[in-house]
Amino acid sequence: MSLYFLCFMLFCVGLYCLVRKRNIIKIVIGLGIIEYSLNLFFILLGYRTQGRAPILISEQELINTVDPLPQAMVLTTIVVGLAVMVTVVSLALRVYEKYGTFDITKIRRLKG
Amino acid sequence: MNLALFVIVPLACVFLIVLLARRFKALSDILANTAALFLLLLACFSLKQVAAQGVLTYNISGWAPPIGIALVMDGLSAFMLLTVNLVAFLAMIYAISYMRRYTEKWKFHALFLMMLTGMNGVILSGDLFNLYIFIEVASISGYALVAFGTQAEDLEAAFKYAIMGALASIFVLLGIALLYSHTSTLNMADIALSLAAKPRGILINFISVLFLAGFGLKAAIVPFHAWLPDAHSSAPSPVSAVLSGVFIKTLGVYALARVFFNIIGISAQLFYVLMILGILSMAIGAFLAVAQNDIKRMFAYSSISQVGYIIFALGIASPLAIFGALLHLFNHAVLKSLLFLNAGTIEYATDTRSLKGLGGLNDKLPVASVSSLVASMSISGIPPLGGFWSKLIIIIAAVQAGYFNFALVAVLVSVVTLVYYLKFYNTVFLGSLNAAIAEVKAVPFTMKFSLVALAIISLIAGGVLLPGLRIYLQAAANVLMR
Repeated sequence: MSLYFLCFMLFCVGLYCLVRKRNIIKIVIGLGIIEYSLNLFFILLGYRTQGRAPILISEQELINTVDPLPQAMVLTTIVVGLAVMVTVVSLALRVYEKYGTFDITKIRRLKG
Repeated sequence: MNLALFVIVPLACVFLIVLLARRFKALSDILANTAALFLLLLACFSLKQVAAQGVLTYNISGWAPPIGIALVMDGLSAFMLLTVNLVAFLAMIYAISYMRRYTEKWKFHALFLMMLTGMNGVILSGDLFNLYIFIEVASISGYALVAFGTQAEDLEAAFKYAIMGALASIFVLLGIALLYSHTSTLNMADIALSLAAKPRGILINFISVLFLAGFGLKAAIVPFHAWLPDAHSSAPSPVSAVLSGVFIKTLGVYALARVFFNIIGISAQLFYVLMILGILSMAIGAFLAVAQNDIKRMFAYSSISQVGYIIFALGIASPLAIFGALLHLFNHAVLKSLLFLNAGTIEYATDTRSLKGLGGLNDKLPVASVSSLVASMSISGIPPLGGFWSKLIIIIAAVQAGYFNFALVAVLVSVVTLVYYLKFYNTVFLGSLNAAIAEVKAVPFTMKFSLVALAIISLIAGGVLLPGLRIYLQAAANVLMR
């Protein structure tokens, strides 16, 4: 249970970073932290204490294995997360080139 | 018919374009437009086939669900596919000339087809995690396309959009993770069966809230709408047309409807929440649109308002209301893409899209003028154009369900809609030509073609109510009423 709680704390840290920080790079880092906490959560869902990898070996009974499906999904979300991160970071860099600042409160040409 | 074609064809074209377009300049145009046309024809064909055979499924690499991943096409999917691919095809034709304003056109084609892949995938996916993956594929190409002009404003809008979009995806993924932990399956039909056998706990309500926030952010329902006007007004016009016309509806409204109506099942409170959110979006979007000076920003706020109608009708959830919601979804997809393409034409011809700098373009841009008039009147609900019928059905459904106050708000918002569209038409096309406009460039044929085609479709959109065509829409609505 404490693992779930820590995972939730990590999510909250990321969300705080995303919502409250003014530096766009820190916002991007916040996004990354949320993503990691979510991946961790996914793995925890499929985890079992003292569980083993679900590999089928002949003459051996499969007992107490962890759920492999969340692991496969986390691999996919990591790849998706990488794509999002690359897009967001490159946007952040181009924004910096144009505005000369990382401060989100000064990047406000769009209004209304 | 192989359902995977809807995903494979655009994806393969992206691959070929990225590989070859630098060497063969004309290739990306030809390939992208052929692919879009092919998908449109395939969507028409699938509509007929679904009407004849019911639900079609395709198991990816032969693994039967619930273990394998399935693509599922029912009436609603076929209807959405037609809408998406119709708008995408016409936007693509329009882009042949329009995108000459930008460099590296093949990148546009690659990203655009990638977005189409994602949207088709979202519509066809029969697996919840796969739905998330396709949402991300479409969204990431969306972020890049918003920033396509690489002006300071474009990048700013794209950055905001990317952060909000990523947050929305995280909410959706968290919801999917919790749903998986509750039901031990990811197949949509399986989840629905498994949930039906279990008591509804507080977890389901929490998951509902997560999905509402996630898809609400994607659909830009009012408390989550802040990114939309920036993103949709900064993107190149063909992209705005697709983003506003079908993107927010596929990733937002369709996914919301699919998850709530067919998977989780929806409680009375949630219906009420949807209705309230719909009414709020309608009213706030419309009032903010009146105050806008930039044409594309005005249209973007109008999108929020019109999506409000769809969400409101889904919240009423009587058979008539859902029918009206889907009809309005189709109408708005056609009309809003037409309006954004018109805004693009005006910007193309005069290099400005501020209402203050425009005027008297009626003689210079006759095609844009007439199609804008048709679209403006239709979206504000002037009979007998398409937009009138869908709004009428939604309002009748609201009255039938006993929500007189909400019906009144819907009527009043419709009047406000008329006000700002008249303001748009009056300032841009009527009056005398603004002296600040040095020259009005001639509009190329391909751009006119898209405008005329969309205008004709929006003129005859009311014809969907005729008995022969009505069955397709009814089949789509029936999916949500099970």
